[in-house]
Amino acid sequence: MIRVVLPAHLKNLAHVTGEVRVAVAGPGPATQRLVLDAVEARYPMLLGTIRDRHSGKRRAFVRFYACEEDLSNSPADAPLPERVIAGDEPFIILGAMAGG
Amino acid sequence: MSGVRVLVGTRKGAFVLTSDGSRRDWTVEGPHFGGWEIFHLTGSPADPDRLYASQSGGWFGQLIQRSDDGGRTWATVGNDFAYAGDVGEHLWYDGTPRPWEFKRIWHLEPSRDDPDTLYAGAEDAALYVSGDGGGKWTELTALRNHPSGPSWQPGAGGLCLHTIILDPVRPGRIYTAVSAAGAFRSDDAGASWLPINKGLRSGEIPDQDSEVGHCVHHITQHPSRPDTLFMQKHWDVMRSDDAGANWREVSGDLPSDFGFPIAVHAHEPETIYVVPIKSDSEHYPPEGRLRVYRSRTGGDEWEPLTDGLPQANCYVNVLRDAMAVDSLEDCGIYFGTTGGQVYHSTDSGDSWAPIVRDLPPVLSVEVQVLP
Repeated sequence: MIRVVLPAHLKNLAHVTGEVRVAVAGPGPATQRLVLDAVEARYPMLLGTIRDRHSGKRRAFVRFYACEEDLSNSPADAPLPERVIAGDEPFIILGAMAGG
Repeated sequence: MSGVRVLVGTRKGAFVLTSDGSRRDWTVEGPHFGGWEIFHLTGSPADPDRLYASQSGGWFGQLIQRSDDGGRTWATVGNDFAYAGDVGEHLWYDGTPRPWEFKRIWHLEPSRDDPDTLYAGAEDAALYVSGDGGGKWTELTALRNHPSGPSWQPGAGGLCLHTIILDPVRPGRIYTAVSAAGAFRSDDAGASWLPINKGLRSGEIPDQDSEVGHCVHHITQHPSRPDTLFMQKHWDVMRSDDAGANWREVSGDLPSDFGFPIAVHAHEPETIYVVPIKSDSEHYPPEGRLRVYRSRTGGDEWEPLTDGLPQANCYVNVLRDAMAVDSLEDCGIYFGTTGGQVYHSTDSGDSWAPIVRDLPPVLSVEVQVLP
């Protein structure tokens, strides 16, 4: 199971508190795209809030972190860090600080 | 006794104000969707418990929320707003072409007859319709694909489709308005559109007789006289008596003909309301005095309504979708300000009182009369 931390607004939308956990299917290792696919499948109210529904691109003020690394601009199909895949560390989705 | 529900969209959430038919004591519920901009919150005329909210934000984009129990609980519905076909381009502020890009929904207009059918007006300007209560959305492409579309240019608030009127008498007749393209009418349920801007004068554009390019702020219509429309434009208050084919100015003796909202009395089709603000660069009331102006002659002659409204040091604005009327026998008028006050009158505007004073800046106000 992959642990995912959602920003507060998206926790409210998804009616969850704390971390969420999603299973990523597939023969290969978990990737950013697969994790986000799984999050959106389990919480369809989040469709469009993290990624554009058509281009699949990350929304401009949304950032991805894990293991003290900024993964926001990493390739969507690159394997996530081992510790995220092992469930030791969460994949963190943040609403970037911007504006007042 | 029937009740009244006032639906308020604000910069930081949605609020529901309720009272019985006396409209003396109010309950304020909210915020729903705290922290999110609620551009528009409205209810179905066919089912007062069916509400829709346009929820948006710079971080997480556009969502549509639906309530089936009068606003107590909400669920997200569809937010897949795509431009159909060849996306094409419109003009940007600097006059250069720019691809159409979806930003948000400004206005939701439920069908008069079917709670599951509603229309949505988008920025960049497009008209969408849903037949399943907001789950799936289809663009009515003929509006954006009008031959004038590539020449549309945004107003200061963006290229937003902010007004949708479903004609109460003629099935299939729809009015829309886009800032700053102008007003449009369809007589075939959105399959084709006619610009209806003849008679509008806009000093900001070089050709006064231009088919499009006019900055319409809001349009209103009385259900018993649907061919008469009233418009608050960037400058000028306008009137049409032929379903928008021709317009004439009725600003008359207003202290300023600039403003955003315009509303018509529920029982008197010649009684209309505006809230003049000083200018396009000074979005506050002249002299710092908040005055609603009422015309009982369908325009030209206006009287200031001040009883109960702040008459000193008031520098708020009232936005285009932030004024509504109820249909009770003594017509109620409601408006919300960018200062977070929601005022109401239960005597056609003669006197006013705040329902609530300290909300976030108000973006929209709608009212429902409950059975």
